[in-house]
Parts: sequence; structure tokens; C-alpha cells
Amino acid sequence: MAEPLLRVEKLVRRFGGITATDNVSLDVAAGELHAIIGPNGAGKTTLISQLTGHLEPHSGSVSLGGRDITYLPAYRRCALGLARSFQITSLLLDFTAADNVALAAQAHAGHSFRFFANARKERGLRDAAHAALDRVGLLHRADVVVSRLSHGERRQIELAVALASKPKLLLLDEPMAGLGVTESQRMVTLLQELRKEVSIVLVEHDMPAVFALADRISVLVYGRVIASGDPAAIRANEDVKRAYLGDQHVVTHHG
Amino acid sequence: MKAFTVSKAVTALMLAGLLLLPLYSYLSGNIFIMTLFTRIVILALAAASLNLIMGFGGMMSFGHAVYLGIGGYAVGMLAQEGTGSGFIQFPVALAASAIYALVIGALSLRTRGVYFIMITLAFAQMAYYVASGLARYGGDDGLTVYKRSDFSGLINLSNRTQFYYLCLACLFAVIFLIWRIVNSRFGLVVQGLRSNEQRMQAIGFPAKRYQLVCFVISGTMCGLAGALLANNTDFVSPAMMYWTRSGDLMVMVILGGMGTLFGPVMGAVVYLLLEEFLSQITEYWALIMGPLLLLIVLFGRGGIMGLLGRLNRG
Repeated sequence: MAEPLLRVEKLVRRFGGITATDNVSLDVAAGELHAIIGPNGAGKTTLISQLTGHLEPHSGSVSLGGRDITYLPAYRRCALGLARSFQITSLLLDFTAADNVALAAQAHAGHSFRFFANARKERGLRDAAHAALDRVGLLHRADVVVSRLSHGERRQIELAVALASKPKLLLLDEPMAGLGVTESQRMVTLLQELRKEVSIVLVEHDMPAVFALADRISVLVYGRVIASGDPAAIRANEDVKRAYLGDQHVVTHHG
Repeated sequence: MKAFTVSKAVTALMLAGLLLLPLYSYLSGNIFIMTLFTRIVILALAAASLNLIMGFGGMMSFGHAVYLGIGGYAVGMLAQEGTGSGFIQFPVALAASAIYALVIGALSLRTRGVYFIMITLAFAQMAYYVASGLARYGGDDGLTVYKRSDFSGLINLSNRTQFYYLCLACLFAVIFLIWRIVNSRFGLVVQGLRSNEQRMQAIGFPAKRYQLVCFVISGTMCGLAGALLANNTDFVSPAMMYWTRSGDLMVMVILGGMGTLFGPVMGAVVYLLLEEFLSQITEYWALIMGPLLLLIVLFGRGGIMGLLGRLNRG
């Protein structure tokens, strides 16, 4: 296999006496959808935060496309093609949907020290925003202020914002969190489409969704990766069953 | 969006009033009103500049009057040393304000929230005490500016009407610039940072750089107000940058409507007129002014502009 798109090596992060990330190593190949699962408190969000640059690891390394990004600030990683969505929706609430997405496009269209021309009238940025909104099926809501959108719609905008930066790798932190059954279904369909275009790291609680989408799954328990492999292997893994999937029917049911 | 709104109508009325004021003063023979309104226009400029960082940028600076002082002292000190040309005084006033804002901003923007408020306040008070210690330039007592900035015949600042229109032109120019800025790429980034800094970092914007540039632009604009103010009062003193003056500017912005283009102008006009009339009625005018401001802020969220906006919908 060629150089993986994302390589995480022996990452360690402690909070006081607790080791939230304990020697985590994993590779994400280009074109892959790699899911990270684990019970509450397993350190999934801590791990994601170190990948995005919101948190510095105590040791270990993260590299993207062969380049060491362990200590790069978030905005620099973003420029290198790493985009994220937040577990708790994090948008510019007083901006319209289109503005939110257009800003992401703007961040990747040169510097923004332009003081005079009306940015909302820049064709290129608006077109990119509309394309990304169309991609997640929200074009008709483009000019609505985000604070007036539903939770499900905001989740979709999160995705549109991430897409607008034309990332190589998409880090999705629980994109289904708080979604209803139909909304979740729609999100799965959408991710199924997106994975053809971009590599994805998916952190998710929704097991049926994970097993339907993932090429590979890594299982995180107490900050450690206890298993990594394709969905069938994970489903069969005894450690995983014991540590995490006590509620076994959830998995087999959707198998 | 409707073409006609109450707030637009009131704004237009106010601007027309400001434009026609010298005519009224001439016809009525009321000279004092020109002096009063020149001051109002200058402080409106300062409030508008504060609004750029506070209203649009979400940076609560509690030391904005320091640029009034820096701009003013640049004019006063140069005049004292025999450099009377406005073509030198004004650029120096702007440059000094910009440099000060750059240094203060670079240090203050490492902090957030209450700490940012306190550190901007602290730096402004520092400048206040430095000015108080400048024995050569009057120290505590301040410095009289015997001759207004000389623009070699282009415009005469000692002429009341010309000076008023110069101040008004500066105010309009600054508001025009702010209007362009807040709708530009830069302006959207700054407003995005006010709304959600973490999100803006995540989509790839280095937050501090943009906030710092915004801080410097705002300080420079306020330095212009300081240079004008020195010419208006023919006097500069440390009191120009005392923290209560910074507070006045904040009140003007909040009263008029944060994050609106003309709110600060409206706020400055209302605040200073109220101050003027109430202080004629009673020595204890602050006792009336205080509760009045409280009411407007409590019940008119978004200030006067917010109130007018709701009138329209209601």
C-alpha cells in the first residue's frame, strides 16, 4: 500500500492522571472511510481534537499526506486539506447558510485582507457555497439565517461548510448526533455519496450507520485502540464484543 | 427588505439636519450650537470607530479614548514645537494612533472577554499617566494649542463653518469606509470571528491577524477624531483619554445600536444633546441621565436603532 493519507503514530494525551489517548496508532488510506467507535469516555473526541489541531498531544505524531502536522495550528491543517465537523453544531448563528459556507470557500481562496469589494457579490465564492449547499440538499435554504434552521438542517450545513473547503480528508465528529430516524437515514445516504469523492474519518455512536458505511473500523476503549479492521472482522472480534458490543444484536441485526 | 423603514427615515433626517446645521446657525444667529455640534460630530466619529471593533468585531475595548488623546497630543505637541502644518500634524496623529493600536492590540488580543476589557483599560490609563507626567507639554494642566492646524489656504480651520464641514466630511468618509469594510471579505471574517471564533479557526482563518488589523484600523480612525478634537477645543489634556471618556464612547455606541452603521452617530447626538440640556436644568444631571440610559439599554435591545427597527415591524 502507498503512503496513507493520514498516519497517526503512538499518540499520547493525558489529562492529569487520566490518559485519554494512550499510544494510538492508525492509518487512513486515500479513498477510505475509516470509522472510530468506542463507548462514552473512550477518548474519541480527544483524539479528533488532536487530529484537527485544537489540542496538542504529549507525544506521538500525526501526518497528513506524508507531512508532519502534529503541532500545526488548526487553520494551517485546514489549508492542507483537513476539514472537520463538530459534534456539537458550531456555526455562525447570525449568518445565513450561504454566508457560512461561502466563508469556508473564502478561507481557501487566498487571504482575506480585502477591504473594499463586497464579498457577498463575489461570484466565485457564492457559486462554491451554492454548490456545496446543493450537495447536501439545502440549496433552497441558502438565504435563511442559521439560527432559524432546524437541528437536522444545521448538521447538514456543518457538512456543507466542510465540503466547501474542498478537503482531502473529512473528520466527522458524530454527524448523526441528535438526528431523528429519517434525518439519520438521509445523512447516511449523503455520506454514501460523499465517500466516493473524499476520504472520511467518522466518529459515530450510531452502530447501524457505522457498519453500513465504514471500510475499516477502529475500536477505542479507555484511550487505546483494541481492534482495527473491516466491519466483518470487528463484528467477530471477541475483545470488541466483551468491551463494547455487549448489546450484540445491534450489530448482527443490521449485518 | 423594505425600501422604506422608520430607521432609514430617522437616519436620513438626522444626516440632513447635520448637513444643514450651519444654515440654521447662520439664520438664527446661534453660534453656540455650531460649537456644540462640531464636538458632537467629532465624538460621533470616535464612536463609529469604536463600533467597528466593538459592534462588528466583538472586541470590547474599554480604552478607546486613548486614541483621542494620542491624536490630540500629536497636534498639540507639534504645534508647540513650531510645526503648524496640518499636512504634517494629521498624518503624524494617524500614524501614532496606528502604531499604538498595533502594539496594544498585539498584546491585548492574547486575552478574551473580561481580561480584554481590563487590559485595554489598563493601557489607556497608562497613556493617561504618561501624558500627566509630560511637564514640557503642560502635564496635568494640559496644553493650549495657540494655532489651529494650517492647511496652507486649502481650508481654514479657524473658520467655524469650514471646520464644521471638515469634521462632517471626515465622519461621512469614515462611515463610508466602515460600510465597505464590513461587507468586504475582511469584514465578513471579522464578524465571523465575533460570532464563533472556534468555527472560523476550523475553516482555516488565523483569527488574531484579522482582529489585530481591525483593531489598528479602528484606532487610526479614532486618532483622526483626536486631531480634530484638539483643533476644536484649542487645547489638549490628559482628561481626553481618561477612562470615563472611553466609557462615554461605549455608551454612545450601545445607546445608538452596536453593529449598525449609523447607530454610533445617533448615539453620540442623543447622548451629548441630553448631557447638554440636562446639565442646563440641574447640576445633578447625571442622576437623570443614568436611569434614562438604563431604560433604553434594558428595553431597547439594539439601542435606538433596534427600537426604530421594531417600530417598523410593529
